Amino acid sequence: MSTTTSTSTAPANAALTATLLAGRRIRARRRTALTTGLVAAVVIVFVVSLMVGNTFYGLDKIARVILGETVPGASFTVGELRLPRASLGLLTGLCFGIAGVTFQTMLRNPLASPDIIGISSGASAAAVIGLVVFSLSETAVSFLALGAALVTAGAIYLLANRRGFAGTRLILIGIGVAAMLDSTVSYVLSRAASWDLQMAMQWLTGSLNGATWASVTPVLIACVVLIPMLLLHDRQLAVLRLGDDSASALGVHVQRTRIVLIVGAVALLAFATAASGPVAFVAFMAGPIAARIVGPGASLVLPAGLIGALLVMVADLVGQFAFENRYPVGVITGVLGAPYLVYLLIRSNRSGGSI
Amino acid sequence: MGLAVLALLFVLSLAFGTRAVSVSEVFAALGGDVSGIAEAAVAARVPRTVLALLVGSALALSGTTMQAVTRNPLADPGILGVSSGAAVAVVTGIAFFGMSDPYWYIWVAIGGAAVAAAFVYTVGSLGRDGATPLKLALAGAAISATFMSLISAILLPRVDVLTTFRFWQIGGVGGATWDRIGLIIPFLIVGAGICFLSAGGMNMLSLGDDLAAGLGENVLRTRLIAAAGAVLLCGAAVAIAGPIGFVGLVVPHLCRLLVGTDLRWLLPFSAITGAALLVAADVVGRVIARPQEIEVGIITAFIGAPFFIWIVRRQKVREL
Repeated sequence: MSTTTSTSTAPANAALTATLLAGRRIRARRRTALTTGLVAAVVIVFVVSLMVGNTFYGLDKIARVILGETVPGASFTVGELRLPRASLGLLTGLCFGIAGVTFQTMLRNPLASPDIIGISSGASAAAVIGLVVFSLSETAVSFLALGAALVTAGAIYLLANRRGFAGTRLILIGIGVAAMLDSTVSYVLSRAASWDLQMAMQWLTGSLNGATWASVTPVLIACVVLIPMLLLHDRQLAVLRLGDDSASALGVHVQRTRIVLIVGAVALLAFATAASGPVAFVAFMAGPIAARIVGPGASLVLPAGLIGALLVMVADLVGQFAFENRYPVGVITGVLGAPYLVYLLIRSNRSGGSI
Repeated sequence: MGLAVLALLFVLSLAFGTRAVSVSEVFAALGGDVSGIAEAAVAARVPRTVLALLVGSALALSGTTMQAVTRNPLADPGILGVSSGAAVAVVTGIAFFGMSDPYWYIWVAIGGAAVAAAFVYTVGSLGRDGATPLKLALAGAAISATFMSLISAILLPRVDVLTTFRFWQIGGVGGATWDRIGLIIPFLIVGAGICFLSAGGMNMLSLGDDLAAGLGENVLRTRLIAAAGAVLLCGAAVAIAGPIGFVGLVVPHLCRLLVGTDLRWLLPFSAITGAALLVAADVVGRVIARPQEIEVGIITAFIGAPFFIWIVRRQKVREL
C-alpha cells in the first residue's frame, strides 16, 4: 500500500483516494482473474490425468463415467483407479499448499514450512511405526499420524513458548525435534523386513499409488471442515505478520488465533500425510510460488492451495509416464524442489525478508 | 582425568555386548590369549571400540572447529548438512559408478562434504547480517532435505543398493575391521593436525573479524584452512561410520563448560570427550536392546537433540 504524505487540501485528498481505489480495483480484478486461471488449470490437469494411462479414454467416456453410467472398461479404469488417484492428488496438494503457506506466513519465514520444522516427521514416524511394527490398517494409520502430528506440533510450540513466543526459536526447536524423529524412522526401517521396507520407503517419499476411495474420504472430510476455517482466519493471519504487538493493538487475539491456525494447518497436513505420505517440498514450494504470482498484499491461502494441487498432480503425471521406471510423486517434487529451494534460500537471505 | 574415563569406557565396551564377559577375561584377551569364547568375543570387540574412539574424536573436533569458524553455537556436521552431502556423494558413487572399494568411499565422501559445507556456508551468510545461527541452521536443514529426496530418488528403483545403504545411513560402528580403520587413519591425522595448528588463529577469530584482522590475522585464510580440516575429519568419519549426528554439537558445549573457551585446550579435550561419548553411546546401544543392537547414530540423536533444544531455549531470541 502506498501511503504518501500529501495531506494538505481536500481536493488533493479526494484525488488520492480515487487513485488508491482505482489501484485496489485493478489489483482485485487481477487477483480474481488469476484465481480463476488457477482453478481452470487445476481442472484441466485433473481431466487430463483421468484421460491418459495405458489406455486413452476420450472426454465423452470420462463424462459418462463421472455421471454414473456404466461404460465397459472405462468404468473400472477411470472410476476405480484414475479418479481416486487424481482426487487424492488434488486434495493432498490443496492440504499441503494451505498448511505450508499458513506456517510460512505465521512464522514470517519462507523456509519455515512444516516439512522442515519437524511436523511432517512426526506424522511419518508414527505412520512408519504403525505400518511396520503393528501392521495397522490404513484408517488406523491415518489417525495415528494425525495424533502424532498434533502432539509434535504441540510439543514444539510449548518448548518454543518460553518468555514469549518467538518464531526463530520455534523453527530451530523444530529442526532438533525433526532430527530425533527422523532417526526413529531410520531405526524402524533398519529393523523392517525387506518386503515392508520397499513399501515404507515408497510411503516415506510420498506416493499416490494404491489410492482408493477409502483413502480419499478422510482427506475430503478434512478439507471440507478445515479449509473454510483457515480461510475465515485469513485476515487475522495477515495481521499476525505485522508482529505480535501490532496485531494485538489491531484487535487480534494473538494467542488464540495462533492456536486455531496451527491446529487447522497441522490437521490438514496430517490427514494428507497419512493418505499419501509426506510428498516432499509441496508445502514448502506452494506458498512462495503463489506469492510470486499473486503479488503483494493479497491473501495467499487459496492460491497456494491451488498451486499445491497443481504441483502434486503434474508431478504424479510426470512420475508415472515420463521415465522408464515409475517414480512415486514425492521423488519428482523432491527433485523439482531442490533447485527452487536453493534459489529461494539465496533470494530470501539476500533480501532478509519474508515471503 | 579425561583419559582415565576413556580407559574405563574402553574396558567397559569390551566387556559388554550380547555375551557378557568378566573384566579378568578382558585383560586376558588383551594379553593375546584368544582360546575361550569370551576372549574371542573381546577380540572381536576391539576394532569396533577403536573405531568408535576415532570417529567420536573426529566428529567432536570437526564440530568444535565448525563452531569456532562460523562463530555459531549450533554448528554441527549433521545440522549444517555436511554429513548428508557426504551421504549423497557415496550413494551416487555406489549406484551409478559401481563403487565398492571403501577407499573410494572416503574420497567421494570428503568431496561431497566439502561441497555441501561450502554451499551451506555461502548461502547462509548472504545478506546483511552475515551468517546468523538461524540462517545457517535453516540452510543446513533445507539442504539435508534436498539431499534426502535425491537419495531416495536414486535408491527407490534399486532394491539391492537400498538394503546396503539403509544400514550405512543410520551410522554405526558395528562393521569395523582393522583394514577399514587403517584406511581412514591418515585422513584423520591430517585433519586433526590442521585443526590443532589453526587453534591459535581460531582464538583470534572469536574476537570478531575486525579485531582479528587488526591483530594481524588473515581472517579468510584461517577460516578456509580450519574449515578444510573440519571437512576432512567429518568426511572420513561419515565414509566409514555413516552420518552420526550431534556428537559435534554436544561435545564442544560440554567441554566449554569444563575448560573454558581457549581452543588450544578445548580441541584436545573435545577429542577425548567425543571419543568417550561415542564409545559410551555404543555400549548403551548394545546393552539396552540385547541380544540385538541399536546403532550408535540413533543413540546420539536421542542424547543430542534434547541438548540442541536446551541450547536454543537458553539463548535470548535476539542472539539467535
